[in-house]
Amino acid sequence: MKASSILKEIGKSLIIAIGCMVLFFPLMVMKVNVTRGVAHINFRWNVLPLIGIVAFVLSFVWSEALEWNEKRASAKKVENGLDNNRALNGRYLKNPALRPIFLFALFIFAVAFPFLFGMYHTNVMITAFIYVILGLGLNIIVGLGGLLNLGYAAFFGIGAYTYGLIWKYIGPSFVAAGFNPGWLFWISLPLAGIAATVFGIILSLPVLRLRGDYLAIVTLAFGEIFHMVMQNAGDITGGATGISLIPRPWFLGQKLRPPEAATYIYFIALVFVIITIFVVRRIEDSRVGRALEAMREDEVACQAMGIDMVKNKLITFAVGTFWAGIAGVLMASQTTYINPDSFTLWESIMILMAVVIGGTGSIPGVIAGAILLKLLPEYFRPLAQYRMLIYGIAMILIIIFKSDGLIPRKRKQYTFKEKELAK
Amino acid sequence: MEYFIKLFLSGTAKGSIYALMALGYTMVYGIIQLINFAHGEIYMIGGFTALILGGFFFSKGMPVSLVLVFSILLSIMYAAAFGFTIEKIAYKPLREKPRLSALISAIGVSIILQNFVLLSQTEKFLPFPNYLPEFAWLLPYKEYLNSTQLIILITTAVIMVLLTLLIKFTRMGKAMRATAQDMHMAQLVGVDINQVISLTFVIGSALAAIGGVLICSYMGQINYYIGFIAGIKAFVAAVLGGIGSIPGAVLGSFVLGWTESFGTGYVSSDYEDAFAFLILIIILLIKPDGILGRTRRQKV
Repeated sequence: MKASSILKEIGKSLIIAIGCMVLFFPLMVMKVNVTRGVAHINFRWNVLPLIGIVAFVLSFVWSEALEWNEKRASAKKVENGLDNNRALNGRYLKNPALRPIFLFALFIFAVAFPFLFGMYHTNVMITAFIYVILGLGLNIIVGLGGLLNLGYAAFFGIGAYTYGLIWKYIGPSFVAAGFNPGWLFWISLPLAGIAATVFGIILSLPVLRLRGDYLAIVTLAFGEIFHMVMQNAGDITGGATGISLIPRPWFLGQKLRPPEAATYIYFIALVFVIITIFVVRRIEDSRVGRALEAMREDEVACQAMGIDMVKNKLITFAVGTFWAGIAGVLMASQTTYINPDSFTLWESIMILMAVVIGGTGSIPGVIAGAILLKLLPEYFRPLAQYRMLIYGIAMILIIIFKSDGLIPRKRKQYTFKEKELAK
Repeated sequence: MEYFIKLFLSGTAKGSIYALMALGYTMVYGIIQLINFAHGEIYMIGGFTALILGGFFFSKGMPVSLVLVFSILLSIMYAAAFGFTIEKIAYKPLREKPRLSALISAIGVSIILQNFVLLSQTEKFLPFPNYLPEFAWLLPYKEYLNSTQLIILITTAVIMVLLTLLIKFTRMGKAMRATAQDMHMAQLVGVDINQVISLTFVIGSALAAIGGVLICSYMGQINYYIGFIAGIKAFVAAVLGGIGSIPGAVLGSFVLGWTESFGTGYVSSDYEDAFAFLILIIILLIKPDGILGRTRRQKV
């Protein structure tokens, strides 16, 4: 780099630094304190040079990083044009033959996890697994079907409340009849899935005509209405206080102590994660999955090809919401307590974020995204109040520098062999 | 009948509050098809800036009318600067990427701004002083419409007219419409789309700041979290009216305000927000593109 261009860069960063000092002045340097209706302002002058220095350095790094990012993206484009296969296989393992071994090792690690680490980590991992199930379920709707859903937490909530309400209303007579309450978990599991599916189909009926963001806003509205009904129908659902003392599943008719119960739920969740992965994979490669992909790319063209749009959208919603119901039961049994605040718009947004950050439509991506999104805040805890701030920054960085997600979806492509091309 | 009028007026006041925010939302959406979740946060920052600067000026003994003017003007400028910066950092690198990426980025910005204000200021609800003038002639009708509500109503109307004029009749407005229609084509015919998008964010953020100051004056309190819920409501209003359309945003906001007001007045006060969302679903069922939204022909 020439000296003049470096000087120019430094000048630019200086301007940005001064701009940031002005921009953040009222919010960071001045601190408001209201006593008896009168605002007092304290000045924190020591923050000001700090803002300047940080902004100066960051603006430098940022412009370099963006440039690097663009260069990398254009380089990738060139590479993809000719040789797609190498890029695909090299994505997480160089040698495809090693893949089963890698997966097996991962599986062994997952099985050994609760025995290696304590109950706390097991519980964190359960929530991560629940997120994986939710993420994969939402992935069917958003990733495969291309239908943006901002009310997914409602279906999660429907699952959890199905279990909660069954416990609240049928539980006492169930126990009185001599059965152990651990069975309720297994009874609720399919019922919750079905309940979520039914609501998914009901919601998808008005949605059939809508496209894009209108669809997003209607699902958002549905989620909010669910939240509000659960909050206000206090006589039935327990209102804002929710339902507590929900039983954990019993093991062979034995009530388990909390650490063992955590391990047990961990394995149930693990099994469901594996089942979900299996099912989603099968759907992806099935006739329905292909139809969904076609629908995502272009609705009109897809209809012209003779694909039944109504049926497809119904299937998308039905299958996608089923997993949310299952995840809801797992969540209720893990925390033994549910209230409406676990199923807000934020929750829907978080699940959507897991899908997009991981890589929309890609199964390993969604799994990585869900685990990352759930584990990061847990292990950020030492950072205390800066946790969410860093979380937000990390999100933006990931989405800017890996905007197709951490592990992007690979599309099935038929390409010519390299040899033929060379001739 | 009196009860009806009362509900109608309170609904109108509520609607004008939503409209102030929905206008900014719909402008940004109209240009780059981004659900700007950070819009609510800009509104919150506008309110906070006005509170801090207003408090500072007031403690220096400035007369109330000047405090009002300065704090509003400065908070507009600061909010506009924030909007400009956010667009440059978080949205511009994602312009050619799938739309979901920009949405996630917007959510990230929203989280950052909330926690930024939470950390640098306070997590408590702060009382927001009302510097707005009180009209003596309106006092007898106070329970129907107070002067703050009237000011909000008039501001909304003025802004709507100004925005419509800007978009319909100025050169910049033409460039905006061109960018909204087809970004690449607009670039080909010489529109500087970076400038257009920046300006859109500046205007939208300035509107959010005006909304922030007025609405916080009306509510009498502020906190770092108020932006998120307000943003969602404004988004619902914008979609209801047909997103991207300026009169649609205002109409949608009023429909939303009336629905909430009549719903709580005649049915049940527990479900205020539920009525808003229910009317949204019903209207989108009948008119899938919103009340004033143009139905776009689909092309393959």
